[in-house]
Amino acid sequence: MSKFKKKGGNELPPISTASLPDIVFMLLFFFMVSTTMREVTLKVNVHLPEATELSKLEKKSLVSYIYVGEPIKQYQKVFGVAPRIQLNDQFANMGDIQDYIIAEREARDEAEQPFMITSLKVDDNTKMGIVSEIKQELRKSAALHINYSSRRRVER
Amino acid sequence: MARKTPEVPSASLADIAFMLLIFFLVTTTMDVDSGLERRLPQWVNPEDIQDDDQQIKERNVFVVLVNRNNDLLVENEYARIEDLRERAKEFMANPDDNENLPEKDPKEVAYFGEVMVTKGVISLRNDLDTKYGTYLAVQNELVAAINELREELSNTKFGKSYGQLEDDQKRAIRTIYPSKISEAEPKKVGGN
Repeated sequence: MSKFKKKGGNELPPISTASLPDIVFMLLFFFMVSTTMREVTLKVNVHLPEATELSKLEKKSLVSYIYVGEPIKQYQKVFGVAPRIQLNDQFANMGDIQDYIIAEREARDEAEQPFMITSLKVDDNTKMGIVSEIKQELRKSAALHINYSSRRRVER
Repeated sequence: MARKTPEVPSASLADIAFMLLIFFLVTTTMDVDSGLERRLPQWVNPEDIQDDDQQIKERNVFVVLVNRNNDLLVENEYARIEDLRERAKEFMANPDDNENLPEKDPKEVAYFGEVMVTKGVISLRNDLDTKYGTYLAVQNELVAAINELREELSNTKFGKSYGQLEDDQKRAIRTIYPSKISEAEPKKVGGN
């Protein structure tokens, strides 16, 4: 019976937790670097369509976003359910797009301006009428490089 | 003699770090924004638009119409989105020099020498009431068709995927299979 009896003397020492903060800090730095915080609060519902031929938006700083979709619940009383455009943090009209593009352009370095991309985040169910108008506005303001934001479709 | 200051306890360091870690874990969004990249044509004044439809021969244009019910009309017949990619590939490549498919022009291309380059143009037209999701699916198929042709050519010529090629090799392939998708100004198309 004495075979199984543990002797107090040669018990395993407890695992040292001194390196725990280091491990946690390492994880912390990883997440801090890889994180991208949402810079705008969405006021419209955007359910992106699916596509397969995607390209990534490499430089976040060169991208300006245009959101189009139905206003979310709390704004529906004021703005109704028809799809609306959102620029930055507020609802906008067609006429504001040119000003927005110009403002976005002013905010960038002159050397970077030719590489700017406009990302259109448009809801699946929006009618093309509004999208076509936006495209015309973008053409007028010479923001020709666009990206139809979409999710990756899983191939069957 | 100065009194020794007591050491700052570091036992809570892990807790603080954990708290920060959890904050970043919760707020983080790992998804990279991606989408279908397109270039819009230059803005032209509506007054100086000439109807250049007539200047292009009919066999050189691949007409895709999408109506308000999200139905497709490809070259004057109903089609499904699933078949669009094959049709577009056939149109752009025209392997048998079919008379109804686009003409080809001899062109000097680096790496390839003189090749026949298609004069085909894909024309996409949609109704104002077309659903954006359908429009994007159609665009996606057309872009996919051209990408697949480039990929096939790259594999037979260089034995590599198009994405791994050098810049001037890519340019050569792009000359042979140009991405010519033109979008007309939106109009009412069918379906009252």
